[in-house]
Amino acid sequence: MTTATTTRPALPSPLRLGLARGGSELREFFRQKENLIFTVSLPAVLMLLLGTVYVKEAAAAQMFAASMIGAGIISTSFVGLGMSVVGDREDGTLKRLRGTPMPFTSYFIGKIVLVFVSSLVEAALLAVVGIVRFDLQLPTSLDKWLTFAWVFSLGVIACSLIGVALSALAKSTKTAAGVFNLPYVVLQFLSGVFIMQSALPESLRTVGSFFPLKWVCQGFRSVFALDDGYAVMEAAGSWELGRTALVLGAWTVIGLVLVARTFRWSNTSR
Amino acid sequence: MNAIRVRGLTKAYKGHRAVAGVDLDVARGEVFAVLGPNGAGKTTSVEILEGHRDRDGGEVSVLGVDPAEGGREWRSKLGIVLQSATDAATLTVREAVRHYAGYYADPRDPEEVIDLVGLTEKAKARVGTLSGGQRRRLDVALGIIGRPELVFLDEPTTGFDPEARRQFWGLVKRLAAEGTTILLTTHYLDEAEALADRVAVLAGGRIVAEGTPRTLGGRANADATVRYLAAGGYTEIRTSEPAKTIAELARHGEPAELTVTRPSLEDVYLELIK
Repeated sequence: MTTATTTRPALPSPLRLGLARGGSELREFFRQKENLIFTVSLPAVLMLLLGTVYVKEAAAAQMFAASMIGAGIISTSFVGLGMSVVGDREDGTLKRLRGTPMPFTSYFIGKIVLVFVSSLVEAALLAVVGIVRFDLQLPTSLDKWLTFAWVFSLGVIACSLIGVALSALAKSTKTAAGVFNLPYVVLQFLSGVFIMQSALPESLRTVGSFFPLKWVCQGFRSVFALDDGYAVMEAAGSWELGRTALVLGAWTVIGLVLVARTFRWSNTSR
Repeated sequence: MNAIRVRGLTKAYKGHRAVAGVDLDVARGEVFAVLGPNGAGKTTSVEILEGHRDRDGGEVSVLGVDPAEGGREWRSKLGIVLQSATDAATLTVREAVRHYAGYYADPRDPEEVIDLVGLTEKAKARVGTLSGGQRRRLDVALGIIGRPELVFLDEPTTGFDPEARRQFWGLVKRLAAEGTTILLTTHYLDEAEALADRVAVLAGGRIVAEGTPRTLGGRANADATVRYLAAGGYTEIRTSEPAKTIAELARHGEPAELTVTRPSLEDVYLELIK
């Protein structure tokens, strides 16, 4: 490099900027009532309502809570992040950021921080509702928690990427609600959240099995099952953790490719 | 080296030529205004210079760099003031300014910038609660926080009340006095006249006139109109030598309601964009 550039103070590193973005994103997220009501509280409300109908015994409480936690983190990652990117495009955040020396990587790191923290808060909220209302028992073995950690991480990353990719389809936050909520609600039916998957016709079950939600929920059910005998209730009769990793991994790759190809800084660019 | 150098810039959307061969030079430290009606290609041109939009053809150099290839270093020398953003609504003014200061290597002091744009009393207010004029002043704060060498102001005072506009002009003059190069687009002629060292008029994607606000479109040399009241009606005389005309009139006594006018910037402008 030439001396002219070394005399200028260096710009902050992308990682540092990304963490600063994450802090700012979280601050904004938790200050927005719509987020707190729709993205964060809705799964908890659904859990309370549906749980009152479904949960008659300890086993049902464990399985139902596990599925709801799965659905909850898809709400914060897929719906929440997708909506936040659409919002950033609509309100000028992305346009402003593009005019600053902040690299795209930092924007993305900020979103990852936002999604991980909001999804953890969501999972904790649902767990607390489960414990208080349905006597949910948390797993005690390290093994189960490790499974929880990787299913959570992989699920959140895959669904975040798909959410960001789908954000290209929505021109405004008004249309975005449809773009994100329709698939989300349908997939909850197909993935064993509202109805046990084994109760669904084969065709619907197969469709649900193509998408991440089923695998996240199934992974969480394996974590919250009081014993592994519960696996017989799954459509396949086992937890299929290897396949879960495979499907979520595949969606992560698909999501990355889609984001790289479809991401737009604004609604009018080019 | 000029801050901005543009040669033969073109950009079309679906067959419509939005920018049809623009040449532009803006010197360092200059305040340059681009005037033009809606759809003249102002925003498209500016967005190309900002690196927000691809161009179809022509050469563009902004601070010595082609905007299509500008990296982080280059962006850190620019200040882009958005015209319709509603972002950061739930942050406070202070939080937003501090956050954006963190993007730059050598930012201005956030408190100083908040004070400069006159938002000190609103520093703790949520951005979403600001009035339109206050919101735009925050946009300026975020645009200048990184100590930019060149600031883009795209129709900055649209929707301002007269007092807010005057305050805003004061702010732009202070920036200019510090040596910042400013490229301003506006459809307010008084704004261009008050702020700009030089003005270009853009119409139909081309620059149809360029000069200082005083000389634009041959305004300084244009015929003057001498007007006075005589025998129950106004008489108007167009002349290149108004002093001589008045001297002749004065020989017959003092003419009533005597005025001498030259075409205003607005007259010249309206003629140019026809």
